[in-house]
Parts: sequence; C-alpha cells; structure tokens
Amino acid sequence: MVPLHYYLLLSAILFACGVTGFLIKRNIITIFMSIELMLNAVNLSFVAFAARWHVLSGQVFVFFVMVVAAAETAVGLAIIIAVYRTRETLNVDQVNLLKL
Amino acid sequence: MNPVATPFFFYFLSAMALISGVLVITRKNPVHSAIALIFTLLSLAGLYLMLYAPFVAGVQIILYAGGIMVLFLFVIMLVSVSRVERESQFNKQWLVGIAATAALGVLFILVYAKGKSVFPERTVQLPEQLNTQQVAVWLYGTYMLPFEIASLLLLVAIVGAVVMAKKRI
Repeated sequence: MVPLHYYLLLSAILFACGVTGFLIKRNIITIFMSIELMLNAVNLSFVAFAARWHVLSGQVFVFFVMVVAAAETAVGLAIIIAVYRTRETLNVDQVNLLKL
Repeated sequence: MNPVATPFFFYFLSAMALISGVLVITRKNPVHSAIALIFTLLSLAGLYLMLYAPFVAGVQIILYAGGIMVLFLFVIMLVSVSRVERESQFNKQWLVGIAATAALGVLFILVYAKGKSVFPERTVQLPEQLNTQQVAVWLYGTYMLPFEIASLLLLVAIVGAVVMAKKRI
C-alpha cells in the first residue's frame, strides 16, 4: 500500500511542471498543454483523497473538472485558430492587442 | 483485495508521468509535447486504477487521451509548426518561473516532511466492483444540479467554439 503523501508529492511536482511551462513557454499551444498538466495534477490529488477518506465526492469532482477542461480546450483552441488566422503567429509575446 | 496496488507499479507509473511531464515543457516541437502529454495522461489513468477509481481511469483515457489530445493534434496540424520550431522557445520570465517553481518545491518538501504525521496510514479501501454504480448514484443524486449545469456548459462551449473558429457566420 503506497502512502497518501506520495501521491500528493507526485501531484505537487506535476503541478510545478505545469506552472513552470505556463510561465516560461512562448508557444501558445504548449502553454495550453501546461494548463492541462496542472488540471491533471489536481485531479490526482482529488482521487487520492477520495481513496483515503473513503468518500466518492472526490471522484465526482474529477468528473466535473474533466467536463470544464473539455469545454475550456474546445473554446481555447478555437481562439488559437482565430488568432493564428489574423496574426500568422503563435508567439504570445506578439499577441498583445485585442484588435488589429 | 490488495494484489494490484504494489509499490512497484506506483514508482513505475509516477516516473513515467514525471519524465513525460518534463518533456511536455521542454520539447521544441508541439507534436512531441502532445505525445508526451498523452503518456502523462495514460500513466495517471494507471494511478487512478491503483487508487480504486476505475470509472475515473476509463473517463481519463476516453476523454483526455482520446478526445482532448486529438483536438490538440488537429489544431497543431492546422497551424504551421515549422516556423514555431525555428523561433526561440522560452520568454524572458526565467526569474518568475524559477521563483514559482522554488515556492512549489518548498510546498512539496513540506508535504513530504509532514505527510506521515498529517495523513497517517489507513487500511480502508474503496470497494472496486461497485465503483461506477456508486459514482452514478452520487452524480444523479447529490450532484444532480451541477451535472445539468455541466451539460449546459458543454453546449455553450460547442456553440462558442464554432462561432470563434468560423471565418464568416
């Protein structure tokens, strides 16, 4: 039986990976993937706590997090396509105006 | 009922998740990042199985690795990757990035140091056979309203994605 805090440790390291990628990357698609990484790290701690306290609310919350992540990805990738169509770049440093 | 959850699988899956998680943020080509992210998601699905959550593991594989990542790959194919690869990958926020990572590092060292006393061992395990059924009972009982709101959110997201990606409505 693996202790709970190992799972929390893994979740924290994955979350730190996501934060670092979000802060230092320039490519907007990779920034999006870093957000997915952070969401998954949080999901892991939800499931670990659900197993620890023998309550299924955590797993139901993971379901809702996944629904929100799917919605966010669909809208965000549509925005990326729209930005690429008008600006021809994926570099977030060059996307600094709402309107051309 | 403890044969699957041996520590070896935990270490194997978490090493896979960590290595591919680091690869996600260090690869130049977004396609490689996406494939590394798929490996992270699959190893997390394995960890969910170890935590007696087969329903969440299945949804993780179907929805994340099968749905969201395919969407990512489609978008990467739609935009030009070759030019992105030639540009510099990292911006000038190294200081902020390192500071945030150091703060989170302190956090997880604290979790490691105090974890044993705060979260003592408990041998209670979730019943594996009835997991999906119980999740459904929670979902359609206590969390009925959030479930309906989630369906509405998905509808809004579909309409929003079509509106924003279309050239001319």
